Amino acid sequence: MTQPDKPVNRRDFLRDGLWGACFAGLAGTGAVLASKSGRQQYVWQIDPAKCTACGNCATFCVLQESAVKCVHAYQMCGYCDLCTGYYRPEPSALDTAAENQLCPRGAIIRTYVEDPYFQYTIDEPLCNGCGKCVEGCGAFGNGSLFLQVRHDRCVNCNECAIAAACPPQAFKRVPADKPYLLKGQG
Amino acid sequence: MKRHVGWIGLMLLLSVTAWGVQRFPPPQFDSDYQIPQTTTPMPHPPMRDVVGVVVLLAALGAASWLTLKKRSRKWIVGLMLFSLLFFGFFRKGCVCSVGSIGNIALAAFNSEYALPAAVLVFFLAPLVFTLFFGRGFCAGVCPLGAMQDIVLIRPVRVPEPLEAALRLLAYLYLAFAVLFAATGSLFLICRYDPFVTFFRFNGNWNLWVLGISFLLISLFVGRPYCRFLCPYGVILRQLSRISRWRVKITPDECIQCRLCEQACPFGAVVKPAKPLPPTETARSKRTIAFLIVLLPVLAALGGWIGSALHPMLADAHPTVRLANRIDAELAGLVKGQTDASEAFRASGQDVQLLRLEAVSIRHRFLVGGIMAGVALGLIAGGKLIASAVPVVRKEYEAHRAGCFACGRCFAYCPVEQKRRIDQSTTNTK
Repeated sequence: MTQPDKPVNRRDFLRDGLWGACFAGLAGTGAVLASKSGRQQYVWQIDPAKCTACGNCATFCVLQESAVKCVHAYQMCGYCDLCTGYYRPEPSALDTAAENQLCPRGAIIRTYVEDPYFQYTIDEPLCNGCGKCVEGCGAFGNGSLFLQVRHDRCVNCNECAIAAACPPQAFKRVPADKPYLLKGQG
Repeated sequence: MKRHVGWIGLMLLLSVTAWGVQRFPPPQFDSDYQIPQTTTPMPHPPMRDVVGVVVLLAALGAASWLTLKKRSRKWIVGLMLFSLLFFGFFRKGCVCSVGSIGNIALAAFNSEYALPAAVLVFFLAPLVFTLFFGRGFCAGVCPLGAMQDIVLIRPVRVPEPLEAALRLLAYLYLAFAVLFAATGSLFLICRYDPFVTFFRFNGNWNLWVLGISFLLISLFVGRPYCRFLCPYGVILRQLSRISRWRVKITPDECIQCRLCEQACPFGAVVKPAKPLPPTETARSKRTIAFLIVLLPVLAALGGWIGSALHPMLADAHPTVRLANRIDAELAGLVKGQTDASEAFRASGQDVQLLRLEAVSIRHRFLVGGIMAGVALGLIAGGKLIASAVPVVRKEYEAHRAGCFACGRCFAYCPVEQKRRIDQSTTNTK
């Protein structure tokens, strides 16, 4: 800042002018962007209507073990005995033997409910989000198994690595207070 | 016969799905079985961002005070380590001021993206602080800078012309980052963040290799990312040139002892320079005149390169990539399908609509590419002119733009040493 008794030279005048212009520029940018901004944070989520269960979620997440896991919309489930999300095509027997299971990590728990219904639950720590069960359930079943970003695991990267590699561009930013796009909920 | 029944069953099944009815209706349970709810674990509470913003502002204030008033490298390192732990390892490096450029560009050009307020503060606050107090952000707040600064053990001097040339990479990086973010293609800076892998201690091999290479280079070349690549640093440099207050090597009059000459590992201590001898001035003026004439040529060249490259650049956008692939598949130029084209065909969307969308995105890349090219041409030309203008400098000083305010040079200055002794004696009295 120049002293009042000191003569203002051209260099200082220009510099002060430039400084003022920059400050005004920043303030203006801030004001324009603030008018567009919301207090709401955004998080990433998969639109199950677009997801093709391609398997990229399991491999492209920046986490060693993906933040995407399979979730189950129980109210859509047919509770089938022959669940095409649980069993490989043409299983040798309808039991819980590993060679019959579609899930490579054995992450689906099959429990008996009542004749002839079985409940299928995802064991999340085991699930790697590969989407094999989602594909199986979607192809022949009700499509009650689907992939979602689990927000207890997601680190919410500014640029989601899976979103960048998602073939059907099914990833989108959703408000953080409604972070899931669940199936079978209206 | 059995097979026929099977076929009819399948047809029935397919027709049922075609009506949009569930293939297997959810059962009516006789037992008192309760249908479980899908669990929905929530993301980090919004408080986390409020805390992040408050700590950012406090750290910026502390960095300004430490670099300008306290003048202590030790304290600056302390703040740097705190920022590395908090912004890096605790907040996992996201969102950061450097990466926020992407969000800002996206918000500026896309009305449907609502910029989170926290991101806006992360972008603006360091800029405003720099306009007042110089690059304290780089010294003590940025976790990426801290990562490189703490491993610098044997600094190698980068020759000045090479340094100036490499610095242009940062402008190029900034231009690409803004172009890709503004067109909604990708956040380039975040995707190639060198140290985010360390912060998360998790990531794929490419990112580990990138991070470890940067760390190894940082052992010998001071802050390579900050100096030659950081797109945020490009903006900070310009604001720091005109900042109200800034780091001074000496707290008082420079005594021309030259002790600080080699102190800066980033080549940001600049020597005094005498005015050109009268015999040289005419030549220097001719050079500058030539470079000024060259300026529009460089701008035009940049614009031409930008427009020529735009189809290639537009390929970064997933929709354009998909449209190109579908067209190539329809024309029989390529065999097979990619995951993306398969997903597109399966969804039954209209190819014509996809093409139209790709055309509009390509057009945005054309405009953006020309603008970025012209800007880069002007910057390169401006740098050439600036390098040809003779500078007159009386004392050793920290380069207005290049100084990271790391505080290494303070201890080299005998005037500073005297100040510290005076201060400690007055304190003990």
